[in-house]
Amino acid sequence: MNIKSLSDAQLVRNYISGEESALSILINRHQQRLYGFIFSKVYDRDVTEDIFQDTFIKVIRTLKKGKYNEQGKFLPWVMRIAHNLIIDYFRKNNRMPKFKNNGDFDIFSVLSDGSSNAEHKIIHGQITNHVRLLLEELPQDQKDVIKMRLYQDMSFKEISDNTGVSINTALGRMRYGLINLRKMIDKHNINLIND
Amino acid sequence: MEKLYTEQPSNSEQLKPREETVNFLLNYSKALKIIPIGSLNFETFIN
Repeated sequence: MNIKSLSDAQLVRNYISGEESALSILINRHQQRLYGFIFSKVYDRDVTEDIFQDTFIKVIRTLKKGKYNEQGKFLPWVMRIAHNLIIDYFRKNNRMPKFKNNGDFDIFSVLSDGSSNAEHKIIHGQITNHVRLLLEELPQDQKDVIKMRLYQDMSFKEISDNTGVSINTALGRMRYGLINLRKMIDKHNINLIND
Repeated sequence: MEKLYTEQPSNSEQLKPREETVNFLLNYSKALKIIPIGSLNFETFIN
């Protein structure tokens, strides 16, 4: 008798008794239907492949453990296993949604680790350097106030004590210092924006 | 005209698992041995 014409039930019995080729026939016989069933639910070739594989791994283990109860319903049983695995897949995916790059939108183009890259670090260094050079061009009293306020983080009270001028004068020097810095930046057309 | 309607559309490829997947399953089945000891089942893989 041709082995390919055997019923599912007979093939399952042969497989359980150790005939490995019976599994090959069972897979070949039902692969298209099962694969189509899974694909119709998940619409993804790779996921379908995974679920198909996991389904048959369960089938193999159950059969080898002798836990399968033959009632002439091999295919419905396999479909039920696949169905449960599909549900598991969707449950898992709901808890942890997966972003897929479909060409139009790349999630990695908007995600970053928050730290600046090498280019931004270089630009930032250059800007800091430019500001220091511009500061040197200011009149001494304005330069002192700006340095004390911005680089040494001193309050205007401390600056006034340190320089021997009133707080209002220190404030005025700060203001004129910043105005002069802006003027120089405009005049030399310097771009101090790191974007 | 006849050709247009009788030709198989190119996207009608059959939905089938990859050959590697089927081969994996067959090899998995060959390698898996389940040894029942008392009420426990021990699974072993023989490569």
